[in-house]
Amino acid sequence: MSEIANTFTLDGQIVQFTPGQTILEAALDAGLYIPHLCFNPELKPHGSCKLCTVIVNGRSGSACTIKAMPGQEVQSSTPELDGRRRLQLQMIFVEGNHFCPGCEKSGNCKLQAVAYDLEMLNPHFPHFFPERPIDASHPDVMIDFNRCILCEQCVQTSRDVDGKNIFALAGRGMKSHLVINSPSGKLGDTDFALTDKAAHVCPVGAILEKRVGYAKPIGERKYDEQTIREQIAADAEGGL
Amino acid sequence: MTHLTLSLVEIATPILDRHHNDPTRLLQILHDIQDELDYISPETMEYLANKLEIPITRVQSVVEFYSFFHAKPNGKFRILFSDNITDRMLGNKDLFDHMLNRLHLEPDTVSEDGLVSVGMTSCTGMCDQGPALLINNMPITHLTPRRIDEICDLVKSGLPVSNWPSHYFKVDNNIRRADELLATAYNMGDAIKAAVAKGAQGMLDEMKRSNLRGRGGAGFTTGVKWELCRNSQSDERFIVCNADEGEPGTFKDRVLLQSFAGHVFEGMTIAGFTTGAKQGFVYLRAEYKYLVKSLQIFLENMRAAGFLGQNILGIDGFDFDIEIHLGAGAYVCGEETALIESLEGKAGRPRIRPPFPVTCGYKNKPTVVNNVETLCKVTEIARRGGAWYEGRGTRQSTGTKLLSVSGDCARPGIYEFPFGVRISDVLEECGAKDVIAVQISGAAGVCLAPHEFHRRIAFEDVPTAGSFMIFGKDRDMFEVALNFAEFFAHESCGFCSPCRIGTSLVKDMMQKIAVGRGTKYEINEIQRLRDQMKNFAHCGLGQTAGNAICDCITKFRPAFDKHLSSRDFLPAFDLELSLARSREVTHRDDADAHLGAK
Repeated sequence: MSEIANTFTLDGQIVQFTPGQTILEAALDAGLYIPHLCFNPELKPHGSCKLCTVIVNGRSGSACTIKAMPGQEVQSSTPELDGRRRLQLQMIFVEGNHFCPGCEKSGNCKLQAVAYDLEMLNPHFPHFFPERPIDASHPDVMIDFNRCILCEQCVQTSRDVDGKNIFALAGRGMKSHLVINSPSGKLGDTDFALTDKAAHVCPVGAILEKRVGYAKPIGERKYDEQTIREQIAADAEGGL
Repeated sequence: MTHLTLSLVEIATPILDRHHNDPTRLLQILHDIQDELDYISPETMEYLANKLEIPITRVQSVVEFYSFFHAKPNGKFRILFSDNITDRMLGNKDLFDHMLNRLHLEPDTVSEDGLVSVGMTSCTGMCDQGPALLINNMPITHLTPRRIDEICDLVKSGLPVSNWPSHYFKVDNNIRRADELLATAYNMGDAIKAAVAKGAQGMLDEMKRSNLRGRGGAGFTTGVKWELCRNSQSDERFIVCNADEGEPGTFKDRVLLQSFAGHVFEGMTIAGFTTGAKQGFVYLRAEYKYLVKSLQIFLENMRAAGFLGQNILGIDGFDFDIEIHLGAGAYVCGEETALIESLEGKAGRPRIRPPFPVTCGYKNKPTVVNNVETLCKVTEIARRGGAWYEGRGTRQSTGTKLLSVSGDCARPGIYEFPFGVRISDVLEECGAKDVIAVQISGAAGVCLAPHEFHRRIAFEDVPTAGSFMIFGKDRDMFEVALNFAEFFAHESCGFCSPCRIGTSLVKDMMQKIAVGRGTKYEINEIQRLRDQMKNFAHCGLGQTAGNAICDCITKFRPAFDKHLSSRDFLPAFDLELSLARSREVTHRDDADAHLGAK
């Protein structure tokens, strides 16, 4: 009797996985791209952006949270799913205030990179234009809440890696927002440091190091050189 | 230490002691503190965080998540009008305006003397006796302009709500049709004794035989749930009664807790006996806070009679007790994993499933979460057996079902029918005439038109958690859909982006249509967003958020069409209207001052 192979199919392609891996982890290891935003391989899956939604054996779910199982049939790169992802990106863009041309993160921003990859050409919906004052109270790091997509990567990293618990989400619905763990609510009144891992984990331009803005010109940055899809394929190759 | 801090310490210390400085009791602590201090100031948050040894952000997160906690002063009297569609149909908006006028107030703004504020809240579960409001968490029903005047006078007198005449707070049961559950006399301990006589395995077998399915809406087989929990390896297990009855239009759990609490508690105790759980929680929605005292007295009586506590019925090791845990105004906590988060003293954001609560629930231990009504049905099975139980209702939906009937009918209230009853039979029994639509199972349910009234209440046909809202021939189904859209935007927890943003976009588009600036474009967009939420949202709230609205669009299109502009598209921004103020200050009225005029 042969053992059941630890493989599933992604858009018809056979993908190997190690038991315990999620569909997204296994796909990324194989250099196959499933669009995603809130996922960070070093953190627990969050499952909030929903861009990695796939159809597994006929049911939709997040590739970042569904465990890979032998024989699964996973659809990801279909016109319908990519259309929904594009729509989801448009929703995320109009929720905050994302002004890519003037943003320090442009070219290094995952949200922008995914939007380019999925050919999102306009925001489609009316902007909400929320009022979100920035926090520049910390000597080395500023927070521009306008760009926050509530992925909680900083929350998790500060809590689980740095052991500091600087960030959290508060509020409900569209009033959800990132908050800082100090009596004043200001980052400057915490023991947050530039050396914290959480200072460098933001996939968008919400947490930025001060005094290094535009050191590398726009046009020569991470996703200017390679699309996010190409990067992931290259990363997998490097890892092999 | 400032003067203020001293009084905070004096107030908070006994409360924190009472809750053993336990952060999982954060919601209960905040309720108690807010009862004393009217609101949770930043200073209070910091103090509590220090005492409970949790980040300030954890306290802030909870305060900001729940509608009934306030980070700013809210007045000595906090008045919240129930804003379900049934309240709107009974004229709650006029009464709301009337009260604001009488008190010279703006909505959600505290009077200058700090006495009172008035706002709106989601359905408070009084739809059969609306319009209704909550004043400092006490319900007042059957509102009329005169009653509002009396309330305003009492508020101005400053008399504490606890000293108001009790007739104001009378809540009726309105039981219109009673069957097995509502018509059987209760005798304390009978059900527990019957379950014990069967033994844990025997009781489980009866449960499975009965094919009892969860009454919260999803319809999972209760016996299977219990078995999964019982078979999970763990040193501890928990039973949770989901009494977060937040679905607009439902109020049966309120009646059960008000007058049939023994059934609920015995059902929980039997669940504990069968699964091996020793601790039960009733997660009670804050809108029903007025029931806490009577429930606690009932629990005391059960303990005194030996039906709760250690060695129940003298059986060694049969220990079980029940604690009441208050929610704080969040519909999403009806979702069982959000409820568990809330029970642990956190914001109610649904967890990623699997794992499911039966293996990893409260404090990551196996947990059974059952609806109030489901637990009542357990006592029937204990007393009369699974085979008998299975004989009622339909094959796939056994037993009877409580319906909360409200809206346009002669006799709103609670109706207990065997499963399989036709919509038309319910309508006839409650005296509803010229009905154009029935909304089944609340805002997350389905909207049925007259050609569907032959359908049956059953999991295999029209499933329901119990809400049954009736709309007569003069009702505007667009207004119904608008109410649901506003409800979901208010209640989305904000965790996943499809629901967080989607519900707000849908609400904005519905409001745009309401002011006459909508076109067919918005109708299409609403349907597209519904599909998006259905396929991409994290939990049932988002997945169902657009359903009833789109049902209304499909089945009652003329109600929408009459609000629509015939143009292809109109921007939400009204240039002509926006220039009005400029015209006023510049004293101009020439053609050039009317750039936006068509």
